[in-house]
Amino acid sequence: MAEEQRATVAGWGNTARANQHIVTPTSAQEIEELLHHAKHGVIPRGLGRSYGDPAQVAGGTVLSNAALQEFGPIDRTTGLVTLGSGVSIDNLLSVAIPHGFFVPVTPGTRQVTIGGAIASDIHGKNHHVDGSFMNHVQSLDLVTPTGLVHVSPTKDPDLFWATAGGMGLTGVILRATIKLLKIDSAYVTVDTTRHQNLDEVMAAMIEGDHRYRYSVAWVDCMTSGARLGRGVLTRGDHAPADVAQGRASAEDAIPTKPRLSIPFDAPSGLLNRLSITAFNEAWFRRAPKNKVGGIERISTFFHPLDGVANWNRLYGQRGFVQYQFVVPDDQADTIRLAIERLSSSKVPSFLAVLKRFGPANLSPMSFPTPGWTLALDLPVGPPALPAVLDELDQLVGQAGGRVYFAKDSRMSPASVAQMYPRIEAFRSVLNRVDPDGVMVSDLARRLNLRGTSNA
Amino acid sequence: MRDAFGQPQSAIVFGGTSDIAQATVRQLVAKRLDRVVLVGRNATALGELQQALTNSGCSTVEIVVSDAADPHSAPRAVDDAFAALGQPADLVLMAVGLLGDQRANDDSAERTAEMFTVNTTWPAAVLAGVRGRMVAQGYGQLVVLSSVAAIRTRRANYAYGAGKMGLDGYARGLAASLAGTGVTVQIVRPGFVTTKMTAHLDKGPFATTADAVATVIVKGLATKSTVLYAPGMVKFVFAILRHLPEALWRRLPG
Repeated sequence: MAEEQRATVAGWGNTARANQHIVTPTSAQEIEELLHHAKHGVIPRGLGRSYGDPAQVAGGTVLSNAALQEFGPIDRTTGLVTLGSGVSIDNLLSVAIPHGFFVPVTPGTRQVTIGGAIASDIHGKNHHVDGSFMNHVQSLDLVTPTGLVHVSPTKDPDLFWATAGGMGLTGVILRATIKLLKIDSAYVTVDTTRHQNLDEVMAAMIEGDHRYRYSVAWVDCMTSGARLGRGVLTRGDHAPADVAQGRASAEDAIPTKPRLSIPFDAPSGLLNRLSITAFNEAWFRRAPKNKVGGIERISTFFHPLDGVANWNRLYGQRGFVQYQFVVPDDQADTIRLAIERLSSSKVPSFLAVLKRFGPANLSPMSFPTPGWTLALDLPVGPPALPAVLDELDQLVGQAGGRVYFAKDSRMSPASVAQMYPRIEAFRSVLNRVDPDGVMVSDLARRLNLRGTSNA
Repeated sequence: MRDAFGQPQSAIVFGGTSDIAQATVRQLVAKRLDRVVLVGRNATALGELQQALTNSGCSTVEIVVSDAADPHSAPRAVDDAFAALGQPADLVLMAVGLLGDQRANDDSAERTAEMFTVNTTWPAAVLAGVRGRMVAQGYGQLVVLSSVAAIRTRRANYAYGAGKMGLDGYARGLAASLAGTGVTVQIVRPGFVTTKMTAHLDKGPFATTADAVATVIVKGLATKSTVLYAPGMVKFVFAILRHLPEALWRRLPG
């Protein structure tokens, strides 16, 4: 039987902590038993990189997917591979890259599991070309409170798509078969351009994103006036084989262990308006004005923050919140309004990430929808912050946009109903596979995702 | 469920019509609080607050009438409050208190007994009942209104001060007993607060308002502090005052 212990965990933002049982099951049978006997709610947890409270359930039981490590083999012709829910993108890349494959979608960190990638239906810099993670999942095995099921876009598609971005509420993902991307080298060709304000950044993205597989802009939310939202746009593609010649072998170019580590919580307030403004300024000046055809290692291009372990501790004991939203293309002005609102309220914000999304998939709860997305890192502490974020919720909701559950830790249930109009389809799947409401997280309680209000 | 800023969505308030409780609940409702049970003695006053909270968008406001002067009513008050909420309580606020008239209490066994019943016995009994509920739900925050009067008793209000001292000490032991359960306790020690309870008195030094105390509570919910002072300054003032020689202490005004 799986070992059980009681522990306090939080999301990556280190805010609302929850005390609960943590169990690490090793088989489908163990998971079924745990779901059967659970009293106060169960939710799966991977590597804890969600910023808020989706992978915790105060007073309940967290099922860690750490022991679900089934791996491969990788089919060399199709790129298909079956992976346990607990396999991290880090593990996967260290095996796949030397074989000439890459993960079809990666977020800004390799420290996410396959289970988490599906539950949040994660996106990366290539969403405008490749869509989100679930678009590359062929099928998955899921232990629901009513039993083990195998689902795919053709077999119980409602459950398959409800699991995408379903924040773990449809059950515990056991394994998934995903299609990897064939690559010719472990390098990326990168074009970097610097832009003096938000309009310039956005114009450049509209004009040229389609020429690149990967595109993302980092914008400065501490500037105002003519320099409001100045930014650095980096775009790239997997480099052809000849680029790699004379460079380190694929094995050497694969992700490395962090070089630095933050061993303890920094004092809250270390990251304040002054230090963040200074950082943003230095970072902007350091970027090349216009550099075409740079060559970067995969880890540098995709996962720069993985170079510093536990960087979230820089935000101190009070922690930080992320705020990521998307608005339709014809509501692009919301991006400017949001940056102006933050800038004028003196709420400090680290570099924000700006990106364009392509078409959405069929999931009712998956975050990516076509348009512009902006992600902000905000230290907890400024008294104005909660109210400013509530205002942004209104702005985003009215623009027909939505906020990302994997980043959220403070939204209200009313906003969810407005932002996720297909939530009833999601709830009807939950009512079918989990009629007793066994699967629950603090996020689900806080946002009333089950629609029962006393979940 | 509390959010990243420590703000609760559901709460039970004992002593719901006290000025500090009302101010706190109003501030919480302006944030994320949406389901509230108000427990108190005065059904009319509770009804007025219920209406005000409903008007400001609270989806559920329930009332439980219970009299803290009757210690036997405590278990029933806990049962009724949790039943009325119908879901786990993110927050329980204990705001019952009676300042009394010390001169009138001085020689009255009956009135002194009532002071301890209302300020100590009933709240402690309720907290014991709440403890079990909160441990069973596996999470939650308990906020207990104490007073700087609990730090050292004074001539002017020693029955009140001693009563709060008992509750304050009980609450600190309660906090220790809950370590590792996911349930936390915070004790709030306001200085002189200008409320209906103190309207007949001269303002003490560092006087504050119910709203200011509420702000300290609402902010404090996001912290790990076990004891909160309102205003923060009285913490340092009383750190010194408590060590004054008795002869000096007795002569202090107020």
